[in-house]
Formats: sequence, C-alpha cells, structure tokens
Amino acid sequence: MNKFSLGNILPRQDAMYFAVLAVLIVIVLPLSLDIFRLNLVGKYLTYAFVAVGLVLCWGYGGILSLGQGIFFGLGGYCMAMFLKLEASDPESTKIQSTPGIPDFMDWNQLTSLPWFWEPFNSFPFAILAVLVVPTIFAYIIGVAMFKRRVGGVYFAIITQAIASILTILIIGQQGYTGGVNGITDLRTLLGWDIRTDSAKYILYFVNAALLFACLFVAQYVRKSKLGRILLAMREREDRVRFSGYDVSNFKIFVFCIGATFSAIGGAMFTLQVGFMSPSFVGIVPSIEMVIFCAVGGRMSIIGAVYGTLIVNWARTTFSESFPELWLFAMGALFIAVVMVLPNGLAGLYKNYVEPRLVLLGGKLKQQWASRTTPVSVSGGQE
Amino acid sequence: MSVMNQTPKKEFVLAVEGLTVSFDGFKAVNDLSFYVEEDEIRVIIGPNGAGKTTVLDLICGKTKATGGSITFRGKELTKMSEHEIVHAGIGRKFQNPSIYEDLTVFENLEISFPRGHSVLGALAFKRDAEVIAAIQEVADEIFLSEHLNKTAGLLSHGQKQWLEIGMLLIQKPDLLMLDEPVAGMSVAERKQTAELLNRITKGRSVIVIEHDMQFVEDIAHRVTVMHQGKTLSEGSMERVQNDPKVIEVYLGH
Repeated sequence: MNKFSLGNILPRQDAMYFAVLAVLIVIVLPLSLDIFRLNLVGKYLTYAFVAVGLVLCWGYGGILSLGQGIFFGLGGYCMAMFLKLEASDPESTKIQSTPGIPDFMDWNQLTSLPWFWEPFNSFPFAILAVLVVPTIFAYIIGVAMFKRRVGGVYFAIITQAIASILTILIIGQQGYTGGVNGITDLRTLLGWDIRTDSAKYILYFVNAALLFACLFVAQYVRKSKLGRILLAMREREDRVRFSGYDVSNFKIFVFCIGATFSAIGGAMFTLQVGFMSPSFVGIVPSIEMVIFCAVGGRMSIIGAVYGTLIVNWARTTFSESFPELWLFAMGALFIAVVMVLPNGLAGLYKNYVEPRLVLLGGKLKQQWASRTTPVSVSGGQE
Repeated sequence: MSVMNQTPKKEFVLAVEGLTVSFDGFKAVNDLSFYVEEDEIRVIIGPNGAGKTTVLDLICGKTKATGGSITFRGKELTKMSEHEIVHAGIGRKFQNPSIYEDLTVFENLEISFPRGHSVLGALAFKRDAEVIAAIQEVADEIFLSEHLNKTAGLLSHGQKQWLEIGMLLIQKPDLLMLDEPVAGMSVAERKQTAELLNRITKGRSVIVIEHDMQFVEDIAHRVTVMHQGKTLSEGSMERVQNDPKVIEVYLGH
C-alpha cells in the first residue's frame, strides 16, 4: 500500500538534482567567476524562469507558447517603470523642460506623467504589478483561446502575433514606453544603488532564491494530481474531458503560472541588467526561450535551467567570435534537438548517464562490501 | 408518438426525443427517439454509418445537437458542457481504447476518481486510503490488480479496453455508454468482458454499441436497430432479428 502514497513532493532523486543545481548556482559559479561574468549568469538565469514555466506549459500541458517574451517583458517593464520614476526625481532631471518625469517623455514633448505611470511611484504596487499584470494578461489570452478550444499550432501562432503586436505597440508609443530604446538609465531601488558590484552580488543571490522558489512551485505542480492531469490532457484531451474535467481551466492555469514565472524573471532581468527594452518582448526572444527549454529537456524543470545556461553560454562564446553565424547555429541546434533528442539534455542524462552512474554505484558498493567482509572475518580469527 | 407522451417520463433514465444533427446538411441522426429505462442494458446495432457513434457523441456532449432533446433524470443535456454531463452521472467509453498511455494503470484510474476535478482541487488532491481502496476495488473488477504499477501503454489491447471501462466504473455513473467494448478482443477476452459487463451493469443503465451478434445476444435486454440516422426497429433481440426491415437492411447490402 505504501508504494502508492504520494510520499513527499521531493523524492530523494529529485532532491539530489535540486541540490546539485543549488551548489552550482549558489557556490560554484559565484566563487569561480568575476562579477562581470556572474552578472551575465544572473541575466541568463532570468531566462530560466521562462524556460521552467515552459516545461509546465509545453512539456506537461502540451501548450506551446511562442510568446513568453510578452510576460517576461511585461514583468520587466513593470519593474523598470518603478525604477525609472525613482531615477527621475526633479533634482536629477532639472535640465528637462518638465522636470520630474522620465527623460524620454520629456524628449517626446510630454508635459506630465501619464495616468498609468502614476501608481508605479509606489514600490509595493510595482511588485504587485510585476506579478499580477502579466498573469491577468495571460488569463485573458487563456480564456479567449482555451475556452474556444483553440490549441496546438494555432495557439502558438496567436501568441507569436500577440508578442509582435506588443513590440510594435511599445516601439510606437515612444512617449509612454521609451520606444525602441526601452527604459534605460535605471539607478537605484529605494535609494539602494543597483549598479555597484555588491548590489550585483546581492541581486544575483536574490535571483537564485526566486528561481528556486519557482522551481519548488513547479515541482509541486508536477507532483500533484494536476501534473498528471496535464500529461493526460496532452495525450487524450477528450478522455480527460469525459472524466469530468473542464480542460480549459487547467490550460489557463498552467499558462498563467508560466506567465507569472516569466514575469518574475523579467523583473529580475531589469534589476540585474539595468534596463528593459522591446527586444526582450518580441518573437525572437520568445522563440529563443523555447529553444532553451527544448535543449534542456521539456519534461525536466531542472534540465530547463541547465539548457538555458548552456545555450546562453554558447551564445556569448560564439557570438563574440562569429556574431553573424550565431542565429544559424541556434536554428540548427533547435532542429537537432527536436529530431534527435526530443527530451533534450535531461533525456540524454536519463538514458545514458544515469544508468551508468547506477551501475557504477552498484559496483562500488559491491567492492566495498567484498573488501569489508574479509577484514571482519580475519578480525574474528585473531 | 402520442402513446409515448402518455407514459410518465420518470421511469426513464434517459429520454432521447426528436434528436437531429446535421453536418453541412447531411443528417447523421435524423429525428431519433428512444428511451432507456432504469437498470436496462440497451444495445444499439446497425450498419456502418447508421449514426450509432454520433448518438453517443450527442448524449455525452461531444457533438452538439441541431434539434431535439436529450433528458437524463429530468436534466436537459443538450445545453450542458461535457464535464457537466459527466458530473450528472454519464460515463462514456470510446471506440478505440482511450487511456493515458504514459501514465500507470493506477494513475489512469486515479485521474478518473470523482474528486478534485477543479484546478485547486487537483492541486490539493491527496492519495488517501479511500482513493487507494476504490482503485483496488475497480482494478480487481477489471482483472488488472496485478498491473497497477504498469505503464498503461504496455497493456494488451484487451486490457486497455478493460482499463477504460474501469476508468468509467470508478466514476460510479448511473448511465454507462460503451462503444464497441469487445472490438479487437480475443475469444477468451470477449467472454471475460461479457462477464464483467453483466456484473457491473447491476444498478445502472447501459447503452452499448456492438457488432458482435453473439455478444449482443448475451447481454442485451433490448436492442435498437439504427439505419441512416433513424430507428429501424426496436425490441428484444429475437423480435429484432425476425423483423423483415432489419433483415433487408443487413442482407440487402
């Protein structure tokens, strides 16, 4: 009977994967990299939030969203709006024709702060907005699509269109959004300078902690009955429906979770990198995030983090030497992963590395056992 | 029709009246009426394309009716969504075994267990003694108690059919609809399935679509013969078999 009980949310093996990742992110990387490189890793890890969300959405729920940049961007912009307002106090903007408003508004002949910027003077509101605005947006998209049973490739295309529309909107409304440059020149968070090395260290660890919080939420969802329903839904949507579930609600839920994760990542991106721009909202970043997830393994939340780190590390390395080839390499990588490794690096590990580790572990145990037994026997003889 | 209207509807678990559905002008089901009584096993037979599966689709909400009504214990089903119809007490088995092949037999049954069907309910769902006991009980019934931890995709075709029946049983439906439950089964499996159906149909009504006449004779209380979306004949197996219209449709092809 006992073997059927859920046990805990984190079985021993999963706990080990979590621990290894935690050691890597919290100890190994900070000790081995200088702050510039570590800050880059911190930036990559903000994409990992999106990739983890995609594991739930796409890997488990079968909902391929090619527009996760929407939520990453919305989260990032909400944070950036707060930081920008803090950076635009009348004192430091006194050369503008209207002091006290963000510089790009002034350049665009705006003379007062737009109404929707007003609440972003408050830090609690900004934090709430980071979490709520993208989630509500995802909820609206989810209700509109899933209640009408739009799915599969149509859903992917629609999310992509929305990402594209949002980019165009942000670029077009320069006076309200900072346009194509985005919101730049962010300096302090509640008076704390985020550009210093010590701040970057602290933000890196805050980011890591938040990532693990999201990973635990994702792990809980995976291990709950909801995780199994998602798998069931991906396979036989009708059967799930005729087992008495309102399938669309589950899709909306998992899509919203993915959006919330992405938004947290976006907000941490803004804090660590110091700006937010439409180039993190549109189609290209959205597809890149799907590639991170696919490379890591779309069924593995931990794999998604590794996938993000590895692809981004490769991007930085290769694009420094062959900038024009990188996009092709990325496309080739995606095709290769989909065709050869449908479960990504996590699948590779599960199929090839883990069995060998288990074998090795078994051998070591045997050796240890055969070595200790004679000793005790000889000890008894003496 | 007038005779039917005089009989009080309450005796019927399911009343299908004037049911019509048209796909781009083609009437797959055309002004169909039939009534299923409490504890009755009704078998629907008919040549290919007669609209049998479409009738089940209409009852369980997979297809929306163009006209007519379906009432189940006084509730109008044509306006309800699929999951509401399930909660009203109707379970449906599909023609091809429709199970979750990536999950274990246990998990397949667990998902069908009627609890935690909302998003929050599914998040908070606990695999407690009640759930485990219910799953054990159903697994015993469908001859799969030895395979609870097996991935469902590895089961034989017949076992998959049983698993899907088990997934319905655990919902404890009042009306069970089975679309070709013995299709693709071996002779031994057919016998076991007939036995299983005779056991599980106690205390509930069942609608079965089946082509295997021996099997139909074994289980049917009453038989409805469909042809071109309409009822051709209805009654006991014996009566239907001797109905000249039925003979013509079956032999005339």
